[in-house]
Amino acid sequence: MKLYCLSGHPTLPCNVLKFKSTTIMLDCGLDMTSTLNFLPLPLVQSPRLSNLPGWSLKDGNAFLDKELKECSGHVFVDSVPEFCLPETELIDLSTVDVILISNYHCMMALPYITEHTGFTGTVYATEPTVQIGRLLMEELVNFIERVPKAQSASLWKNKDIQRLLPSPLKDAVEVSTWRRCYTMQEVNSALSKIQLVGYSQKIELFGAVQVTPLSSGYALGSSNWIIQSHYEKVSYVSGSSLLTTHPQPMDQASLKNSDVLILTGLTQIPTANPDGMVGEFCSNLALTVRNGGNVLVPCYPSGVIYDLLECLYQYIDSAGLSNIPFYFISPVANSSLEFSQIFAEWLCHNKQTKVYLPEPPFPHAELIQTNKLKHYPSLHGDFSSDFRQPCVVFTGHPSLRFGDVVHFMELWGKSSLNTVIFTEPDFSYLEALAPYQPLAMKCIYCPIDTRLNFIQVSKLLKEVQPLHVVCPEQYTQPPPAQSHRMDLMIDCQPPPMSYRRAEVLALPFKRRYEKIEIMPELADALVPMEIKPGISLATVSAVLHTKDNKHVLQPPPRPAQPSGGKKRKRASEDIPDCKVLKPLLSGSIPVEQFVQTLEKHGFSDIKVEDTAKGHIVLLQEAETLIQIEEDSTHIICDNDEMLRVRLRDLVLKFLQKF
Amino acid sequence: MPEIRVTPLGAGQDVGRSCILVSIAGKNVMLDCGMHMGFNDDRRFPDFSYITRSGRLTDFLDCVIISHFHLDHCGALPYFSEMVGYDGPIYMTHPTQAICPILLEDYRKIAVDKKGEANFFTSQMIKDCMKKVVAVHLHQTVQVDDELEIKAYYAGHVLGAAMFQIKVGSESVVYTGDYNMTPDRHLGAAWIDRCRPNLLITESTYATTIRDSKRCRERDFLKKVHEAVERGGKVLIPVFALGRAQELCILLETFWERMNLKAPIYFSTGLTEKANHYYKLFITWTNQKIRKTFVQRNMFEFKHIKAFDRAFADNPGPMVVFATPGMLHAGQSLQIFRKWAGNEKNMVIMPGYCVQGTVGHKILSGQRKLEMEGRQVLEVKMQVEYMSFSAHADAKGIMQLVGQVEPEGVLLVHGEAKKMEFLKQKIEQELRVSCYMPANGETVTLPTSPSIPVGISLGLLKREMAQGLLPDAKKPRLLHGTLIMKDSNFRLVSSEQALKELGLAEHQLRFTCRVHLHDPRKEQETALRVYSHLKSVLKDHCVQHLPDGSVTVESILIQAAAHSEDPGTKVLLVSWTYQDEELGSYLTSLLKKGLPQAPS
Repeated sequence: MKLYCLSGHPTLPCNVLKFKSTTIMLDCGLDMTSTLNFLPLPLVQSPRLSNLPGWSLKDGNAFLDKELKECSGHVFVDSVPEFCLPETELIDLSTVDVILISNYHCMMALPYITEHTGFTGTVYATEPTVQIGRLLMEELVNFIERVPKAQSASLWKNKDIQRLLPSPLKDAVEVSTWRRCYTMQEVNSALSKIQLVGYSQKIELFGAVQVTPLSSGYALGSSNWIIQSHYEKVSYVSGSSLLTTHPQPMDQASLKNSDVLILTGLTQIPTANPDGMVGEFCSNLALTVRNGGNVLVPCYPSGVIYDLLECLYQYIDSAGLSNIPFYFISPVANSSLEFSQIFAEWLCHNKQTKVYLPEPPFPHAELIQTNKLKHYPSLHGDFSSDFRQPCVVFTGHPSLRFGDVVHFMELWGKSSLNTVIFTEPDFSYLEALAPYQPLAMKCIYCPIDTRLNFIQVSKLLKEVQPLHVVCPEQYTQPPPAQSHRMDLMIDCQPPPMSYRRAEVLALPFKRRYEKIEIMPELADALVPMEIKPGISLATVSAVLHTKDNKHVLQPPPRPAQPSGGKKRKRASEDIPDCKVLKPLLSGSIPVEQFVQTLEKHGFSDIKVEDTAKGHIVLLQEAETLIQIEEDSTHIICDNDEMLRVRLRDLVLKFLQKF
Repeated sequence: MPEIRVTPLGAGQDVGRSCILVSIAGKNVMLDCGMHMGFNDDRRFPDFSYITRSGRLTDFLDCVIISHFHLDHCGALPYFSEMVGYDGPIYMTHPTQAICPILLEDYRKIAVDKKGEANFFTSQMIKDCMKKVVAVHLHQTVQVDDELEIKAYYAGHVLGAAMFQIKVGSESVVYTGDYNMTPDRHLGAAWIDRCRPNLLITESTYATTIRDSKRCRERDFLKKVHEAVERGGKVLIPVFALGRAQELCILLETFWERMNLKAPIYFSTGLTEKANHYYKLFITWTNQKIRKTFVQRNMFEFKHIKAFDRAFADNPGPMVVFATPGMLHAGQSLQIFRKWAGNEKNMVIMPGYCVQGTVGHKILSGQRKLEMEGRQVLEVKMQVEYMSFSAHADAKGIMQLVGQVEPEGVLLVHGEAKKMEFLKQKIEQELRVSCYMPANGETVTLPTSPSIPVGISLGLLKREMAQGLLPDAKKPRLLHGTLIMKDSNFRLVSSEQALKELGLAEHQLRFTCRVHLHDPRKEQETALRVYSHLKSVLKDHCVQHLPDGSVTVESILIQAAAHSEDPGTKVLLVSWTYQDEELGSYLTSLLKKGLPQAPS
């Protein structure tokens, strides 16, 4: 069993597991941090951005000044932003049988894989994952396509040139494989390959392997996966949470007894407490608005935003913010808010109970009804006429490189009254802000990452006790910025096996058994015999049938009746098939009883001689000699088949067959 | 001999109080727990004493499964769990769990408040009963215990209706509940995979009907409503709050919009709004089209349909009223019916099946003089129409499902005996599947022969598979191994491994036979002749002539020795082990026939 590691990003994994005869891709994460190296895409022509100076080499050579621009000491690529894809060369991706998706954030590379690698398999994901994943992709495509950019820079990617660039461009990995965003057509085609599954549904793959999604507690429809055969079990844990937010709680019990547990998608901010961060978020928001400033919250259109709106719902009246408008701007804002209300079965117990009343599970329905929260597909159109300040705007993209957020950064960045609050943990906020420097607006970093932290991981591992843990290398050492925090790494016995991008791991796994079914007719014919107390044996001779990777043992056919009519048989037809196996024998032969038995069966004139290792029984009349030792019996006789068979049967009486 | 036993406590050759007991591989499961609309006495609930005679319900039953929220499938649940006493798990889908308590409460109110029945279950009992419910997702495999698992499939019919597969080891039963094989205006069609159960228990409400296309029925319905309204009549459509009501509302709403009609449409109970809300929140359970468009337009928000007040019934002029319950056996629909029945301009449209004993059933069977409470006789002059909108599979649909599931046997419930008989014959003749239709309290026993799963050592399996994948029909190859049975752990291993694991030594049994040959030549030459003879006869075997002068065929050793007394005779010593017995004995008989003359 092998694991091919195609992504180096621990929270946006993409691994391929070869297990028995199947090839299973686990997640399809797209590393979007690459876009931080690009200039933002403004919705409205931005004089500041278009007037940034070109970058030139130390020796004054300015041949890259069309592609690279400088802003407050940082260099950015002036081009359509590009994403870092999972490794496509490590394994032939057309051989992938199935792709298992754990949550909507981990499927963003799907169109690249399903549309451009010859992939012909099936993708499995839960319904909320697909619906919300579609919204995320739609938003991304929309953000990028609505701001067409003529320029596509490629010169800087040249290896010899890249060496000369300043950090972080110099250190960017695999730049030659970076790709532009997919199209909506590719998204639709990719999503059409998905088959919907429910939690705890057992899905058979080619009869060889069974896969099952389990609730992971992190997002609507998020799942961990069990990949198992009858005797082996691999758990794939990706993006799980033990906090009670809106999704159904994590199913931990089903992860027990795994041979291997692959652990990805832990919290990216292990030192931040999500509850504390939400509190800080609310108080900073209130403070800014009270002072007459605007609040900008760069966010994804689904996920944590539901929780933030719920907190605000409880908070705004007590904080005296009832008259402050909240705007949610995204091409998929309406869909996201609507979809969140229809996945009752995927929600935590409290929210489910509300649906039973029947009431919408999320209070943002009420915020919308009372006009406190308004949503718009973009800042063009209705929004511009409704827009009142001070206000709170939720909009994407959290990278600050595209989407409506770019406009608000340009609009509000110059005033220190305004605040941008970062809640999404996927992008370094300092890097995100770099192309907007210098900024007067306040920047608050309240990353909310509800995924497992290291304390929860060690508790989980103690609970479910996998034989082996496999994880990205980042989890086997403390984070670089906090190298003294030995508690910020996975601690388990045996130590975890770690992987990095483009590595192939052989998983420590020895398959010993396979399931086979014994047909009832055969089972009835078996004769068990108790060998030791509690242990019985039965010898089995049966015909093996294998179909669709399922094995069945059927009773042996009855020996064909010798056909009397055909007498002329060729000699070769009589030659027995040496493949017909006889059982092994075990036991020993007590000489005295054996001799008695011989006498009883009409042999006379029997003589027994002792030898060093046993005895020799002589049947003088029959000129036959039987050597009997502890572990062997040797019958030496004339060529008299009748006699030999008689003696054989008498010997076998004392032995057990295996 | 293992067997599956099925006993209907209700719905055996009948529609109403569905309740079927299934025993499979030592597990007891109760399918549905409904009430009978046609009875007001003890017969309205299934006869649980069938179980309680010999002990407590909780001890006997491993679980209860409810297929959907209709009262004839869940109406007896609080009585069963709280009054008779059952504390085990009750499984149903999320929408059923949400809607079921509301209908139960409604039912309780009518029974206790309106009819004044004593000794009925209370609101608290409904709540306590619902606490025992475990909600299941579609296609989720629910492990009831280590051996018993259940899985829900989409059934159409009403919001949240499900079919259930009940499985223990390799034995399984599928229970359809009520289902619909064609999608309608708000729900999708039932779907289940080819799971080949030992038994399929299917409803058979429309066992003899093959319905015309839905579109025709819809046009017919709209035409009748339209005509009645045009002539100034009032139209009563008795429905159950959830299900057909929504479908017909969508139908009338779009028709009113298109034809620009002004006559008011009312929906009678306070449940309506609530019901529509359920549809909105459980939109993932509706059909493809509604799910796709719900963000833009919610099909369950009606413009033309308004809430009904009982005073409206006396308003002059035409109107259309949807009123509950659907079989005119009680409540508001019956009240309105009594008011309007005397006027021939009015019309009542029965859009669904009516159980025997209900007013609905009586007027549908042509009765026009009804004896009401207090010996009052009600003369029915209004037009009575029947329109099959119930979302049950028709005969074609049932046959289709049986074909899809491929069961070993079919058992019919939830239908009338005569109709069942017809379908039973059809299934047995056309699909060649045995079919049963037990009456209530009657037990059907099906012997099963489950295969036994064991673990085979990979070494043994691979050794066998390496010899070729296709077994030759003429020369079947046998797999030999030893089954080690320890507790409930069964493993099939090679004989060598079994000996090793048990710490036993192999006992070798060897035979050596003397074959006398007349051959005056030297021993070595005799051996050589034996070699070339065997080589020519045994083409498929490995025949070797060893440097020490002996000959081997596979692992059988042949040595030539001089006869001690007769120099003209040589003795061939043929030696083999018990495992090579066939070949060994064949060789001796072959050599006994002598060697061919050496070519000169």
